[in-house]
Amino acid sequence: MIKKIIFQLVFFSFLLEKKVFAAESGGMPQLNPEFWVSQIFWLTITFGILYIVLSKLILPKISANLESRKSQISDNIEAADKQREESEAKLKEYEEIVNKSKNEAKNIFNQAREKALKDINLKRDVLDKQIDEEIKKAEDEINQLRKGAPEKINKIAIETASELIQKLIGAEVNNSSISAIVDDLSKRNGDKYYGN
Amino acid sequence: MAANPMTQFEVYRIGPEIKIGAFDISFTNASLFMVVSTLAILIIFNLGSKKNSILPNKLQLLAELSYSFVSKMIGDTAGSKARPYFAFIFSLFMFVLFCNMFGMIPYTFTVTSHIIVTFMLAAFIFIGVTIIGFIKHGFGYLKLFVPSGVPAVLLPLIVVIEIISYLSRPISLSVRLFANMMAGHTMMKVFGGFVISLGIVGGWLPLSFSVALTGLEILVAFLQAYVFAILTCIYLNDALNLHH
Repeated sequence: MIKKIIFQLVFFSFLLEKKVFAAESGGMPQLNPEFWVSQIFWLTITFGILYIVLSKLILPKISANLESRKSQISDNIEAADKQREESEAKLKEYEEIVNKSKNEAKNIFNQAREKALKDINLKRDVLDKQIDEEIKKAEDEINQLRKGAPEKINKIAIETASELIQKLIGAEVNNSSISAIVDDLSKRNGDKYYGN
Repeated sequence: MAANPMTQFEVYRIGPEIKIGAFDISFTNASLFMVVSTLAILIIFNLGSKKNSILPNKLQLLAELSYSFVSKMIGDTAGSKARPYFAFIFSLFMFVLFCNMFGMIPYTFTVTSHIIVTFMLAAFIFIGVTIIGFIKHGFGYLKLFVPSGVPAVLLPLIVVIEIISYLSRPISLSVRLFANMMAGHTMMKVFGGFVISLGIVGGWLPLSFSVALTGLEILVAFLQAYVFAILTCIYLNDALNLHH
C-alpha cells in the first residue's frame, strides 16, 4: 500500500518535473554552439599542457623511479644471494678445517702411540737382550762350574782318599793308583752324582 | 531549486569576454574545470614522482600504480610498438578520469558531458591514428578494410561496412563518453529533484536511489575513462599492427 503510494508520488512528480522542463528548457546545452570554440580552445590548451608536462617531466621521472626500484631490489637480491653463497662456502671451509684438524689430531695421536709402542718395543728388545746375555753368562758360569766340579771333586776325593789311607794304614799310597780308581768310579757313577 | 536537470550542463562565462577574431574563447566554467583537472593531475603526479623511496608513500604509490596500470593496458592491447604513445594515452586516461571524477562533486561542472569536448578528443585520436597507420603501412593501411578469409561475393559489402565502422569510430567513441556522463548526471539530478519535491515523507526512496546512483556513477566515471583509453589503444593497435 505504502509502496503504491510512493510509486504514484514518484510517477506524478516525474510528470510535474516534465512539465517544468518543458516550460524552462531550451534543449540540451551541449548542442548550443555558443561556447564550442571556447571549449575547443581551452581543451587544446589544458590537454596540451597536461600532455607536455606529463611526457617531458613527470612520466620519465616515474619510469626512472620504477626502474631504479626494480634494479635496486634485484641488486639487493643478488647481493643477498652472493652473501649466502659466501657464507655457505665459508661454512664448508670451516667444516673442512674442522675435519682436517680432527684428522691431524688423530694422526698425531696415532704417531705418538706408534712411537711410544716402538720405544717400548725397542726398550723391551734391549732389555730382553741384556737379560738373555746375563742369563747366558750365568749359564756359562754354571756350566763352567759344572765342568770344573768333577775334576775338583776327583782331586779332593784323591787327596782325601790318600790321606785316609795314610791315616788308616799308615802307608804311603801312590797317588796315581788312587786317581785311577777315582776316575774309574767317577766315570761309572758320574751320572749319578752330576746328572741333572 | 534547480528543477531542470539540464541546467547543470550549461556553460557560462567566468570573467570578461575574450575574442580572437570572430571566435569567442572566453574563460567559462568548462574551462575552469579543465584547468582544475589538469592542475590536479599535474600536482598529484608531480608530488608522486618527486621522491624516490624504496617504500613509496601514498602519492608515490598512486602515481606508480597508475603508471603501471596504463602501461599494462597499452602493452596488453597494442603491444610494445605503442610505447611512444604511452604519454598520450596516459594523459588522455587521466584527463578523462579526472574530468569525470570532478563532475561527481556536487555543484561542479562535468567537462566530459559535452559532446564537443569528447568529439574533439575522439577526432584527434581518429585523425592521429589514421595518420600513424598511413605512415607505418603506406597505402597498405587500406587493407584494414579488407578482412582476410572473406568470400569474394561478400567482399564489396564487407568493405563498405568496414569503412563505415572505421569512420564511425570517432562518433561512437565520443558519444559513448558524452552520453554516459550526461545520462548519469541527469539521472542523479532527476532523483535529487524527487527528493526535494517529495519532501520528508516520500523523499527517502529517491534519496536512497541517489546514494546508490552516486556509487554507480563513480564506477561509470572510472569505467568510461578506461573504455575511452582502451579503445584508443585498440585503434592504435590497428594502425601499428595491421592484422587483417
